[in-house]
Amino acid sequence: MKLTTLLAGAMALGLSTPVLADAHDPVKVGFIYVGPIGDGGWTYQHDQGRLAVEAEYGDKVETVFQESVPEGADAERAITQMALGGADIIFTTSFGYGEATNAVAAKFPDVKFEHATGFMREYPNVSTYDARFYEGRAVTGTLAGYLTETNKIGYIGSFPIPEVIQGINASYLHAKKINPDVEMVVTWAYTWFDPAKEADAARAMIDQGVDVILQHTDSTAPQAAAQEANENGGRVFTFGQASDMAQFKPSPRVASIIDDWAPYYIERVGAVIDGTWEQQASWGGMPEGEVVIGEITDAVPAEAKAAAEEMIAAITAGEYHPFTGPINKQDGTPWLADGEVADDGTLAGMDFYVEGISGDIPN
Amino acid sequence: MDLSSISPTLLIASLMVAATPILLAALGEMVVEKAGVLNLGVEGMMIMGAISGFIAGVETGSPWLGFFVAAIGGAAMALLFGVLTQVLLSNQVATGLALTLFGLGLSSLFGQGYVGIKANSLKRLDMGFLSDLPFFGRVVFGHDPIVYLSLLLVFAVWAFLKFTRAGLVLRAVGESHDAAHALGYHVRRVRMMAIAFGGACAGLGGAYLSLVRVPQWTEGMTAGAGWIALAIVVFASWRAGRVLIGAYLFGGIVVLQLNLQTAGAKVPVELLSAAPYLVTIIVLVLISGRAGRGGDTPADLGKPFHAST
Repeated sequence: MKLTTLLAGAMALGLSTPVLADAHDPVKVGFIYVGPIGDGGWTYQHDQGRLAVEAEYGDKVETVFQESVPEGADAERAITQMALGGADIIFTTSFGYGEATNAVAAKFPDVKFEHATGFMREYPNVSTYDARFYEGRAVTGTLAGYLTETNKIGYIGSFPIPEVIQGINASYLHAKKINPDVEMVVTWAYTWFDPAKEADAARAMIDQGVDVILQHTDSTAPQAAAQEANENGGRVFTFGQASDMAQFKPSPRVASIIDDWAPYYIERVGAVIDGTWEQQASWGGMPEGEVVIGEITDAVPAEAKAAAEEMIAAITAGEYHPFTGPINKQDGTPWLADGEVADDGTLAGMDFYVEGISGDIPN
Repeated sequence: MDLSSISPTLLIASLMVAATPILLAALGEMVVEKAGVLNLGVEGMMIMGAISGFIAGVETGSPWLGFFVAAIGGAAMALLFGVLTQVLLSNQVATGLALTLFGLGLSSLFGQGYVGIKANSLKRLDMGFLSDLPFFGRVVFGHDPIVYLSLLLVFAVWAFLKFTRAGLVLRAVGESHDAAHALGYHVRRVRMMAIAFGGACAGLGGAYLSLVRVPQWTEGMTAGAGWIALAIVVFASWRAGRVLIGAYLFGGIVVLQLNLQTAGAKVPVELLSAAPYLVTIIVLVLISGRAGRGGDTPADLGKPFHAST
């Protein structure tokens, strides 16, 4: 074939493509990430969900993502950019994107927005979705109760928002059931992802005799700090957060809470493809397969492992709710009566510690 | 609040680790400023050291090689600054700021494939029975080699500036480059060497973050440490011993605030987090208050030099 004919053919193809494209336009799915996809935690799991969507729908979808988008004003620019770029549905995957997501949703009524871990749905094209991480925290709290010898367990909090406070309360309540003397030490890092800060916070805890660290931040730095302490004669245990963090098995990482977003993303993108997408507030947990406990290693006593597995089974079967009364608030006032189960509204707006945790929640 | 849970031994040991990156960077910058050059690009050189050291550490598996490459990476960045300011006579303040921005951007480009990976870290030295001594075992004999290297460098820089002929020449260049030039010293060559040394130190400081203290790579992981190092040089009135004090003071406050939080101190978390920076600002204000006698600042700091003038 001569070069000219080749070029002419290519031009013809090129010109005709836009016309064809309207008929077979793939659904464009956008993701806004708070950290890098290689964080080994939160954002990594969301990106696994994105890849699952691609695997499920193949040519019918096209995915785009932006990493390390700061929460706040810059998020609005990033989301707007994605909407202008032709995205049909945009998942904004961090609590701090709430206002920005709604602000952009007002400007693009034809684009669907899904805000993770949020509660604001000011426009009909905004849904929120969350996972019941506190179910996983109940399991890791139980393990922490068995593992601690110093009776001090630590929780590296990111921001004082309901999702994190649920985690602190659920871990503490279940650790205390196993070990009544347990004390909960909370450090606020004021970041989702800052390995240096997370490592320093973990070190400060270890220095003060904390021997089980639960983290609610996204990097593996606290795991590395615990490993270093163990190499120097320490005895510190950690749990993988958001992702399995398997590289720290079998110790310090003895179990993990894995967020599996794939089922939800596949369902929602499918709804956009079918044209059946509707606004909703989703809150799945262990029964839906959104919260998964990673392998419990042999560094844990058999008795503790059995108790944890029993609890996983009970929660998955819907027989047990981690916030079942009697539970008092920090100031001693009753919250849940004997046998009473917390309602979702209170949990979603949780702004108090349960009885036995010392310290104040910063504003 | 239970302050008894804060162990002074571990507090001091941790503050030495937290302060080491700033100490290395500040020490290098002090030598640069002693030679009369103001390089505001410390942050950029540190982060380039952090990423180049991390890449070398991951690819070869040797943290030592990582530190070596980090020093080269930092020095390369510094020499870029050197060529621009010493040969092409660009403005030092503007070039330094540009170097910081350039370093932050370039490092995140290089670091694309290295997020979330673990590097081999340096182990603490095991000095036999010495490491088992109470208090001193952990504080004096229980660190990784770079902590000792940084302390050795403080001593070496002090001795170099105070006792050697080369140190005297370097100080002369910083105090009056015209006089030094008239005496036949190579002002530009001396300054280029000082700049390269400063970059290498900043690179080591950055690599200490990515290879020992965290040990991981994250974009922007130096998080302002370079600026703190610049402030510490002024705080120390250009003296090696005081650079050490300043860095350890800053590191101490960083570590103390986390320990206070963990111990449940009734102080607002926001105030504790801001404490290291507040203290730095207060100290700088106090120092500038007595700067009237003006004896500390190298006289030709930040002034361009050309042999024709």
